[in-house]
Amino acid sequence: MGTLKPALPELTARTRPAAAAAAKAGRGRPRRARWHLAAWVALLPMLLTVVFAYLGTMLWTARVSLSNSRTFPSSDFAGLTQYVRLFHNDRWLVSLQHIVLYGACFIVACLVIGMLLAIFIDQRVAGEGVLRTVFLYPYAMSFVATGLVWQWILNPELGAQALLHRIGFTHARIDWIVDQDSVVYTIVIATVWQASGLVMALLLAGLRGIDDELWKAARLDGIPRWRVYVSIVIPMLGPSISTAFVLLFVMVVKLYDAVVAMTQGGPGTASEVPAKFIMDYLFGRANIGLASAASVVMLMTVLAILAPFFYARSRNAVRKDV
Amino acid sequence: MSTLGASSPEQSAQPVQATLMSPRRGGAPRRRTRFSPARAGVYGFLLIAALFFLLPLYVMLVTSVKPMAEIRLGNLLAWPTQVTLRPWVDAWQAACTGLDCNGIRVGFWNSVRIVVPSTVLSIAVGAVNGYALSFWRPRGAGLLFGVLLLGAFIPYQVMIYPMVRVLASVHLFSSLPGIVAIHAIFGMPVMTLLFRNYYAGIPVELFKAARIDGGGFWRIFLQLMLPMSLPIIVVATIMQVTNIWNDYLLGLVFAGTQNLPMTVQLNNIINTTTGERLYNVNMAATILTSLVPLAVYFVSGRWFVRGIAQGAVKG
Amino acid sequence: MATVPNLTNVAVRDLRIELGSNTVIDALDLDVHGGEFVVLLGPSGCGKSTLLHSIAGLIDVAGGSIEIGGEDMTWADPKDRGVALVFQSYALYPTMSVERNLSFALRINGTPKAEIERRVARASDMLQLGPLLKRKPAQLSGGQRQRVAIGRAIVREADVFLFDEPLSNLDAKLRTELRRELKQLHQRLGATMIYVTHDQVEAMTLATRMAVMKSGVIQQFGTPAEVYARPENLFVATFLGTPAMNLLHGTLARQGEHVRFHAPHLELDVSRYPFRAEPVAGEPCVLGVRPEDVHLQPGSDATQRANVELVEPMGNHRVIWLDYHDAQIASIDQHKTPVTVGEPVAFTIDDAHISLFGEASGTRL
Repeated sequence: MGTLKPALPELTARTRPAAAAAAKAGRGRPRRARWHLAAWVALLPMLLTVVFAYLGTMLWTARVSLSNSRTFPSSDFAGLTQYVRLFHNDRWLVSLQHIVLYGACFIVACLVIGMLLAIFIDQRVAGEGVLRTVFLYPYAMSFVATGLVWQWILNPELGAQALLHRIGFTHARIDWIVDQDSVVYTIVIATVWQASGLVMALLLAGLRGIDDELWKAARLDGIPRWRVYVSIVIPMLGPSISTAFVLLFVMVVKLYDAVVAMTQGGPGTASEVPAKFIMDYLFGRANIGLASAASVVMLMTVLAILAPFFYARSRNAVRKDV
Repeated sequence: MSTLGASSPEQSAQPVQATLMSPRRGGAPRRRTRFSPARAGVYGFLLIAALFFLLPLYVMLVTSVKPMAEIRLGNLLAWPTQVTLRPWVDAWQAACTGLDCNGIRVGFWNSVRIVVPSTVLSIAVGAVNGYALSFWRPRGAGLLFGVLLLGAFIPYQVMIYPMVRVLASVHLFSSLPGIVAIHAIFGMPVMTLLFRNYYAGIPVELFKAARIDGGGFWRIFLQLMLPMSLPIIVVATIMQVTNIWNDYLLGLVFAGTQNLPMTVQLNNIINTTTGERLYNVNMAATILTSLVPLAVYFVSGRWFVRGIAQGAVKG
Repeated sequence: MATVPNLTNVAVRDLRIELGSNTVIDALDLDVHGGEFVVLLGPSGCGKSTLLHSIAGLIDVAGGSIEIGGEDMTWADPKDRGVALVFQSYALYPTMSVERNLSFALRINGTPKAEIERRVARASDMLQLGPLLKRKPAQLSGGQRQRVAIGRAIVREADVFLFDEPLSNLDAKLRTELRRELKQLHQRLGATMIYVTHDQVEAMTLATRMAVMKSGVIQQFGTPAEVYARPENLFVATFLGTPAMNLLHGTLARQGEHVRFHAPHLELDVSRYPFRAEPVAGEPCVLGVRPEDVHLQPGSDATQRANVELVEPMGNHRVIWLDYHDAQIASIDQHKTPVTVGEPVAFTIDDAHISLFGEASGTRL
């Protein structure tokens, strides 16, 4: 492979301030007028992946969603028929309700618990390392394992409910997992247990980044500690919180493994979620068209929610260079 | 000793009114108390939270060594009166995943065979991508990278059906190479991001000096950058091993019945059994499935957190 | 609060501060009179910031006492001590506007709105913060941020102002500007100010008195003129002054009424030197003379000659480095004497401005 001889003009880099002000790649590099063949060859897998594996598949799925495909793809053009069918499908509608309910509970619970854990650990407590390890280990477990463990714990006959009955609270009810109205909350509990540690880790990193002198200044000003958190620290954690939110949001949309493991969508369709709906119709019920339409709807939702985040972030990045 | 007014950072007391109007209140000479109700509250909260987080682990362990007779008593948290390792043995080699009853060890080795090449491949690709994006920055690569990153947020369901068709057409569907390729593809955004950010932290002067010395694209990468990348390779390995080992959906769809990963086998064992459910075997199987990522987690400690902080997205 | 200058003194007695298992400061006394501008000067790690922070109440004291305005504040909370601290990194609340930064603490503590507005307006006037009030710290330059930090201290109407290397993060030009503003501020407010820095120029220009510190011990505490002209020991002598004081090693000799300093190639009559104790003949000592007191003489009646090694032009003066028998002597000259590099030149040492230190002890004789 040929070595590209460096041309001298390339070595006269931009001046230091300009170099320091580069945005995405972190620092400025001399603009090259010529192509770097080797670099593009090396990036070929990425190019192919983006074009075919990402963009290509999305377009393909969108195309399928506009056709009448069922078990086998058909190349006819059915317009928005599948979408109409989709939104008349009870299971789909119910899965949407569930995911919204789940999402709200999950995100709020994770953020609150994660924030509290981070703040309390930040109080210079003894055994901080151990505590962090304890709060974060669930994140290392698979969704399947999490779902299965909590399925066991919430087992009405032999799990937590049985335990309470044995102790003496004979009328206690922890049979949520078989109750249509509250099964979604069981999934919330299991996944919040798993993901709060992640939020804690992210927010703790943010907290640790706060200048010590800020705390001293607040102390001198006589601001009580809780007020410092509420009025100063938490607003400063905006970027960390929004990062956590984005990660949590993506986890909500992708919710599948935990549901399959914990409740299989049941009882009945009481814990059906969009991701599972799509997988079922794609492979089980062999209705590719409908599943594709559902996928496209899912995609649009994700993009709609994430676009403002990315926009805000890129604007911030630009401004910081000033 | 009264704790009038917040004295030390460990306490969060009510503000003392109007101290700024009369700045010199002074104070009777006294040592600052280090213990207070607020601090006890902090420890209390953390302790309760720790118990909540440890509960499932405890339940898993305890259930997995109890005989079924004890489990049927319904005392979830009770310490076993009789410890038996039989459930573990059964889970490992005799549990039924559908028609086969060879235990979850089949899934274990499948997962190993999936994880190792997938991790190596995705890290290799990510490193090269990150290197090219960070130092060489060909035209348009920035935009490409942006789109790639966006791909990390897209739900798999949008891409699955076309992927199935494509892989089927090259006879890689339901095969080991197929699932490895899938993991490499889906891991690309995060891996590229990790490496690109890491290389962005390496002084560009190093790169320029290498170019002056006559180094080309691959030579500089293999002889200079890659050896310097050990920390980020460790982080990337931890992330990929954990994420790929814990994956369920992609393995279910693309691996093929011969190569089903441990997570899929686990779910099969537990949720597709007819007859009485052997909860102790189930829990043992669950622990076995979680052993590798938990081990990675406990051993890696700080590195695991670094991976999170550097934007690794799970699932 | 009254606009009459507050004459609050700060008295530190026998202070001991331990950080971890190290005793960083031991048996330290410091008396700051009301209305003074005291500078704590020293290299990194000498304990000056630690001392300042303990006066503020941010660091616990292991022994001794701190009195502010006659009241014992050794264990008082930082907010009850009547002090304000301006930090090196400004420590402004980043998510709040300048106005809110200034008023936040007052609002928390229940100060009436009218009073808050009055104080904010006053601080804003003094520091020209008017146009900046609605901006956030990220939108301000370094110098502007520092002014806001000072403004925050003013708004508290504290009795004692503490400054922890506030100008270190600014570039040289800005530093000079803000230094002048700080001096004007002191003259205007008349409050007691304690200022920590490692920059001797800041110390010399701002201080009414300065304390030079090393390793947690105050080496000398006096007016800038005193500390400069009559340093207590070798450390203080060499710490102040650029270029540093010239040091020559030798011994003392007595010749009847006269005391002479003997160095291998130099002799100087030091009879006029105000010795604290009777000089001992043969006592090894170190002669210190500042470059501006080494005078180059065109004529040949000067007692010493040396080769010119290097000339550094500094604008309105120049530093001439003389190679004197393997020792280097610096001389500051106002472009009066013609010199050529490599050529010898004659010089004298002004014996009215020398310092003599014991060789072993390093303290002033």
